[in-house]
Amino acid sequence: MIRLEGVGKRFARGDVEALRDVSLTVAPGEFVAIVGASGCGKSTLLRLVAGLVPASSGRVVLDGTPVMGPRADTAMVFQAPTLLPWADVLRNVTFPLRLMKQAGGDTEARARALLETAGLQGFENRLPKELSGGMQQRVAICRALLQQPRVLLMDEPFGALDALTREEMSLELLRIWSGLKMAVLFVTHSISEAVLLADRVVVMSPRPGRVAEVIEVGLPRPRGFEQEGTPEFQAAAQRIRALIYGERLPRAA
Amino acid sequence: MLRSSLPSLIALVLVVAGWEAACRFLHIREFVLPAPSAIWAQSYAAWPNVLHHTLATLGTVMWGFIASVVISLPLAMLIAASPAISAAIYPLLVVTQSIPKVALAPILIIALGSNELPRIIVTFLVAFFPLVVGTVAGLLATPPELIELGRSCRASKLQELTRIRLPFAVPFVFGGLKVAAALAVVGAVVAEFVGADAGLGYLIQTSMAFFKTPLAFGAVVILAAMGIVLFQAVTLIEKLLFPWSSGADQPPPGM
Repeated sequence: MIRLEGVGKRFARGDVEALRDVSLTVAPGEFVAIVGASGCGKSTLLRLVAGLVPASSGRVVLDGTPVMGPRADTAMVFQAPTLLPWADVLRNVTFPLRLMKQAGGDTEARARALLETAGLQGFENRLPKELSGGMQQRVAICRALLQQPRVLLMDEPFGALDALTREEMSLELLRIWSGLKMAVLFVTHSISEAVLLADRVVVMSPRPGRVAEVIEVGLPRPRGFEQEGTPEFQAAAQRIRALIYGERLPRAA
Repeated sequence: MLRSSLPSLIALVLVVAGWEAACRFLHIREFVLPAPSAIWAQSYAAWPNVLHHTLATLGTVMWGFIASVVISLPLAMLIAASPAISAAIYPLLVVTQSIPKVALAPILIIALGSNELPRIIVTFLVAFFPLVVGTVAGLLATPPELIELGRSCRASKLQELTRIRLPFAVPFVFGGLKVAAALAVVGAVVAEFVGADAGLGYLIQTSMAFFKTPLAFGAVVILAAMGIVLFQAVTLIEKLLFPWSSGADQPPPGM
């Protein structure tokens, strides 16, 4: 459903080549993680699919039509919750639909149901500043899900959370995703997070950003942390680590 | 509320008491430094006159403040909208700020006549700058992710301004409004010093000409009170209309 065909991106300012010849296909309902060192163009790749930045070469095709700009059926979750500080939780979740004038009679009910799924019932009328970081990010995820996107783009969504909240949230995301079955492109810095969540892990190499390899994760679903000990999990994580660090594999004392 | 204002109240009482005692026991002459009791007595005796001048100044302050708001907000939006406009307008704004308003006031009075208008313009010139700077800062401080969120929802430039940038700038705007409220009082007095037939600035000048120092001090105290009240009024409006804007009062729930 998402097809990147030899996509390249060059930023005029500073003449930086962010991406070179990236080709990738994502099936409907597939969970694909993207990992790589800083500066490998992961975020740029996401923004290309979102239609926020145009490709310099190649093209991004979504359901057979080239992506020319932002679309209603893709939703994005950022590293920071980026909630509106003046709106309560419920109005934050419905904000995209209200902005696109797609809010209907059932929008609020659906928003309340989503918030309940995310364990936020009772917080509908709180302001973002009254919530913890993890709760704020849940609100941001609910906001994206309310758009009923066919493609969910997540740019290090748990990157700003503490390690414990992060683990809890990643399993919760899997639980919600398994019920909705949309395609997810999930950018992360964490190798174990990528293996735990994804069907396939795209490993990227930096300067310019390219796809180094795509690794299939064959772990059965539903996933859980107990799988981290399995040889299959370890093999995938090792392979990714080797691809990212290459020859300069660290060997600390 | 009462508990937190108690220390400042005690300090104020101590300063006034010390002042009163110094004047009485050191025999300082009244036209040099009047005692608080003398300031109160003379101001109270002339209260219809004092009230008349206070209302005149308040009028100038309010009109100047309103002019600042009405002109600064659209100006700030223009500046924030494009780097080119910003580059064109900002130096001009800085020029208006580097001109001493006292020097400008007599020129304006000759050009526009001895009426309320030049005084309002001087008040505006003193007060508007921090409001423009604050609002521009707020409009530009919107997190880029919030702008991207708007763009990914296919928001137009106008929607981006009204639904995201402007609300986000509200705390910054109120920061500027508070400074502008205090400065408007300063601007009005500066204008009244140069050319006026009413107002607290005029009262200070005429009182001093006749060595009625206590009355001049009374006018100064009223000016200070006016500044404080205006500042607090802006703070109150912010709390009532934009409760999310004024600093966090509740800590986030424990994790």
